[in-house]
Amino acid sequence: MLRMSPTRSQSVAPYLFVLPALVLFAVFSIYPFFLLTATSFLNWDGIYPKNPFESFQTFSQAFVGLANYVQVFRNDPVFWTSFAQAGYITVLALTFQNALALLLAMAVNRRLAGGGVYRTLFFLPPILSEIVVGLIWFWIYDGNFGIFNEALTRLGLGAWTRPWLADPKTALTAVAIIHLWKGFGWGFVMFLAGLQTIPDELYEAARVDGANAWRRFRHITLPLLAPVGVVVSILTILGTMQIFALIIATTGGGPGYHTEVPITRIFQSMLGSSRFGYACAQGIVFGLILLFFSLVQMRFQRRPT
Amino acid sequence: MPRGSRLKVVGSRVKPLPRALSLQPRASLVVVGASLLLAISIAGCGRGAERGPGPLRVWHWMTDRIEAFDELAKRYERETGAAVRFELYAPSEVYVQKVRAAAQTDGLPDVYGVLGESRDFASFINAGHVLPLDEAMNRENQAWRVLFFPNALAVNAFRDGNPYRVPPGVYGVPIDVMNVQLFYNKTLLAKLGLDPAAPPSAWQAFLDVGKLAKERGLIGFVSGWAELWLIDCFAMDYAIHQMGMRKVEATYRGKVSYRNPDWGRVLSLFAQLRESGLPAEGIVTMVNKQAEQLFANERAVFAFNGTWGVNVYQSMNPGLDYGVMMLPRLSERPMVTWGGAGSSFVVNATSHRTAEALAFLAWLTAEPQQRYLLEATQNIPANRVAAAALPTPLAAFADDMDSTVHPRLFDAQEHSTVIEALTKGIQSILIGEATPEQVAAHVDDVKRQALQQ
Repeated sequence: MLRMSPTRSQSVAPYLFVLPALVLFAVFSIYPFFLLTATSFLNWDGIYPKNPFESFQTFSQAFVGLANYVQVFRNDPVFWTSFAQAGYITVLALTFQNALALLLAMAVNRRLAGGGVYRTLFFLPPILSEIVVGLIWFWIYDGNFGIFNEALTRLGLGAWTRPWLADPKTALTAVAIIHLWKGFGWGFVMFLAGLQTIPDELYEAARVDGANAWRRFRHITLPLLAPVGVVVSILTILGTMQIFALIIATTGGGPGYHTEVPITRIFQSMLGSSRFGYACAQGIVFGLILLFFSLVQMRFQRRPT
Repeated sequence: MPRGSRLKVVGSRVKPLPRALSLQPRASLVVVGASLLLAISIAGCGRGAERGPGPLRVWHWMTDRIEAFDELAKRYERETGAAVRFELYAPSEVYVQKVRAAAQTDGLPDVYGVLGESRDFASFINAGHVLPLDEAMNRENQAWRVLFFPNALAVNAFRDGNPYRVPPGVYGVPIDVMNVQLFYNKTLLAKLGLDPAAPPSAWQAFLDVGKLAKERGLIGFVSGWAELWLIDCFAMDYAIHQMGMRKVEATYRGKVSYRNPDWGRVLSLFAQLRESGLPAEGIVTMVNKQAEQLFANERAVFAFNGTWGVNVYQSMNPGLDYGVMMLPRLSERPMVTWGGAGSSFVVNATSHRTAEALAFLAWLTAEPQQRYLLEATQNIPANRVAAAALPTPLAAFADDMDSTVHPRLFDAQEHSTVIEALTKGIQSILIGEATPEQVAAHVDDVKRQALQQ
C-alpha cells in the first residue's frame, strides 16, 4: 500500500484538493481561450480544413496574421455600433434597473406582511427563460395587435401607438425595458441580502439622534450597501454587455442594425457568414473590453468604503 | 508549528488544520483517481458518435415532419429489419450549430443535412464529411438519378471547375422541392371588392391593395422579414425579373455595381412598398411564424411564403380559402421564383454504415415513401413520379417549378456579408430611415471590401 511521509503528504495535499477544479478550468476555460486566440489569426470557416492546427501546412494556409483584427478595427463599424447600443442598455440597467431593485429591496426589508410573496414575485423574471420572456414581450409590443398599443388606444393615446420593436426610434429602448424587467430581480435579492446585514441598532441610534429617513438612508444604508452596490453594478455591466438571447427572441438585431449587440455580431460572423477566425477576433476584442470593466471594478472594490 | 499538522488559511493568516480534516494517503488516491476519471471522460466527449451499434441515425431540422419521419422509420424497420432513428434539432439555426460542432469533433451521424450556401456545402465535402453519390446514383442505368427533378439534384451537385475545387458530382439526396410565392386570401380580396379569381398581377395593382386593406382594418402583406433570407428571396426574384440572371451573377462577380440603375429600381420597390402601406406594421422584425399566424387567422391579405405554408395553414386554419401566385410583375419580362430545391440529406463519408445509409435514402426517395410524405406533410416530393398528382395549392407551386432560381445554381455566389448589408439595408428602406440610393452605396462599399478580402 502506498504510504506517504507526513511531510510529503502535507505538501501534496493542497494541490490534490485544487486539482479537479484546475483540470476543469484548464479544459473548459484555459484551453478554449488559447484555441480561440490562435483561431483569431486564421481565415477559417470552421469546417475546412478539418483541423487547421493539424500540420504546419494547414495552419500556414489559413494563417492571416492580424488581418482579422485590422478588419475589426478598420472595416466593421456595425461591430462598434453594437458596442454603443449594448452600452446604452447597460446605462439604463445601471440606473433604472438597479434603482428599482434597491427601492423594492428596501420596501421588502421593512418586514411588510407577505414579504415572502414579494420576494418570490420579484425574483420570478430572472429565473424565466430569456427566449420565453422575449416572446411574451414580442407579443406585448406587437404593432398590429399588441396589448401595449391596445392599452394606449383605450387610454386615448392612440396617436402614440407604433410597432415598438420595429421602429428605429424605440426598438433599442423597448428591448432595454424588457432587459430591465427581467434583470432587476438579481439586484433586488443582492440588495435585500445586503440590507439584512445592517444592524438595526445603527438605525435606532440615528433615530435617537434625530436623523430623518433621508439622513439614515444617506449616512447608514448607502455606505454600508456600497460593496454590494459595486458587485451588483459590475454584474449588471457584464450581464448586459453580453445580452443575446433576448435580442434574438425579439428583434434579431433589427430593424436594420438598430438592436445589434456585440454577441449578435459575433454570432453572425461565426454562423451567419461562416467566418470563424473573424468571429474569434471579435470575441477577443470584446473579452478585452469586458476585462477592462472587471479591472475597474476590482479597483473600486479595493477602495475603503 | 507542530510537526505533522496541516495548514488552513484564514484571511492572510495560516493556522494548523485539525488532524481529523487532514488528507490521508487513501483519500489522496481517491482524489487523483477521480481527477483522472474526469479527464478521461472529458477527453472522450463527442467522438465517434456514429460508430456504435444501434439504429442508423438521421439528423434533421424539419419540425413539421417529425411524425411522418418516425412513421417512415417504423415502416422501414418492418420491411427490412433495419432500425432508423430520426433526431430533430430545431430551429434551423440550432441545427446548423449542432452539425458544425459535430463536424469539428467527428461526431456526425450516418445521415444529415447541410444547411447554408454553396461554400458551406463545399467545405463539408472538402473536409471529407460527405460521401459522393455518383456511383450509387448511376447504378442500374441511373435508376436513382432519374427519379428526381433536375434542379433538385443540381443544387446538391458541383460542376467541373467550380470555385470551391470540389470534385464534380452529386453529393446530396433531395427529399422534397419548394419555392417561395405569394399566397392571397380569396375571402379578403372579395371583401376589398377585388376579384379573388384574378388577384393583382401587376406591381401597381398590388400596391393599391395596401390602401384598401387599411380602410377595412386589414393588413395588406405579411412575411417573416426579420429572417433576412426571405427578404433576399423577394429582392432576388425582382432583381432577376428586372435585369436578368446574367447581370445578377455579374454583380456577384463584382463586374456590375450595386449602384447600377437596375439595382436602384429593385431597391426602390421597397420604398414603394413602404409608401403604399401594404406591409404589416413591424414587418422588419416579424418572424415567419408570426406572419403565418396572421395570414392563417385571416388578418392579412397577402403572405410571401414557401411551399411549406400549405401544410402550416392547413394545420392552423383548415377552412382558409387561399390561392398562390407568382410575385406581381414590373414589366412583361418573365417573373421567377426562388426555390427549385428543398430539403436534402447527405451521407456521412466517415460513417461505417454508408451502404446502409444509401439503402435507406434510396428507400426514402422511392415513390411510395415520397407519396406518404406528400400526404402527411404537404410538401412537393423530389421524386417526379410521386409529384405527378398534387392537391390544388401544391399544384400551383409545382406548375412554377420551371421558373425557379436557386443561388446554389448560380455560377457565382454572393458573399454573405454583402447579402447581410443588402437585406439589412432593405429593412432600413422599409422603416424609412434610408433611401434606396444610400443603401445601394453602402452595399457597394461592403461588396468592395469583400472583393478585397
